[in-house]
Amino acid sequence: MWLAAAGLTLARAASAQELRPYTITGDSIAESLTGAPGDAVHGRALVLERTSTCILCHSGPFPEEKFQGDLAPSLAGAGSRWSIGQLRLRLVEASRLNPATIMPSYYRVDGLERVGTAWRGKPILTAEQIEDIVAYLATLRD
Amino acid sequence: MKLIRTIAVAGLLLAAGFAVPRLCATEIPQAERRSGYTFMSPDTKAIQDDDTANPGMLWVLDGEALWKRKTGTADKACADCHEDARASMKGLAARYPAYDKTLGRPVNLEQRINLCRAQHQQATPLPYESRDLLALTAFVAQQSRGMPITAGADPQLEPFVAKGRDTFMRRQGQLNLGCTNCHNDNWDKHLAGSAVTQALPTGYPLYRLEWQSLGSLQRRLRNCMTGMRTQIYDYGAPELVELELYLMSRAHDMPIETPAVRP
Repeated sequence: MWLAAAGLTLARAASAQELRPYTITGDSIAESLTGAPGDAVHGRALVLERTSTCILCHSGPFPEEKFQGDLAPSLAGAGSRWSIGQLRLRLVEASRLNPATIMPSYYRVDGLERVGTAWRGKPILTAEQIEDIVAYLATLRD
Repeated sequence: MKLIRTIAVAGLLLAAGFAVPRLCATEIPQAERRSGYTFMSPDTKAIQDDDTANPGMLWVLDGEALWKRKTGTADKACADCHEDARASMKGLAARYPAYDKTLGRPVNLEQRINLCRAQHQQATPLPYESRDLLALTAFVAQQSRGMPITAGADPQLEPFVAKGRDTFMRRQGQLNLGCTNCHNDNWDKHLAGSAVTQALPTGYPLYRLEWQSLGSLQRRLRNCMTGMRTQIYDYGAPELVELELYLMSRAHDMPIETPAVRP
């Protein structure tokens, strides 16, 4: 029993180790998750990649992409609507701002049910990927 | 009438421990329920509408041949007991998944066919998604084409419908989504360009252009669960049958379309 509890603690610590700590202030995360600014060009490529899941729900200024979603607001102008810190929190943990949102928390491994083995213990995006996407979204100005 | 039904349903769910206000906020009103067919392009609708163009009919024809073929240690065909499926199987698929007294739980049409094989033909079960099982299921279900779905009406199924509903409502997987987030709340929207639809399984097994094959509702459910990045239930798992049952109960009164065609 104690051993199992200790094992659980270790497992949680191990999964938490992959995630870098961040501080939420108001409705934003001011500091970069990696300590460095992201790469906006790479961020655009990531947004268009199916596995990132962004354009399943969002549309945006992507004339080359025929299949875009409309379950969520267009990403066009996101950089005018939100600061970099606000964009970061919206990717990391949108449910903190709206518990009913369908926007997944892209930097989270805890509190999820029945995650498939291929994805268990991993956030949807890495800290680097989130920073790249945040850097790109910040360039989308009206 | 509609009000009475709403109150009755609310009462049932209340008895089962559900929070009614949330239910009223999310479920699609009966009058607004639409088959996946209505979301399709005219071209795809035309394929379903014409039996000579509908590829699902190839499975139905195979199923008809299998219905008459003797099999198993008992050397019996389905037709030896059930005779003409046009009469004996009429309306059956509209009631499935149905309660099985011996097992004490609901079984879907594929499982019923395999139970019949084991008990009466002394034959081995046909694997899920095999050509023969899909063919027999499609042939049996096609006998109910146009008939209103009544699955879930049996009071013995109540706890299983409730469990299926719970699975439908519960957020799961790496993306932390419930079926309801798309199919109740956003059915009129598009996921990467494709219509989300209301998840009303009126035409299974159906021919999906993406699969280039006929497939079962469980195959479709597992596809969605992969998209949600969940731990996928095995074919025939009680949870999947309960979910099938709940979805069929949501499609109450809608006509069976088997073999339907979908993109």
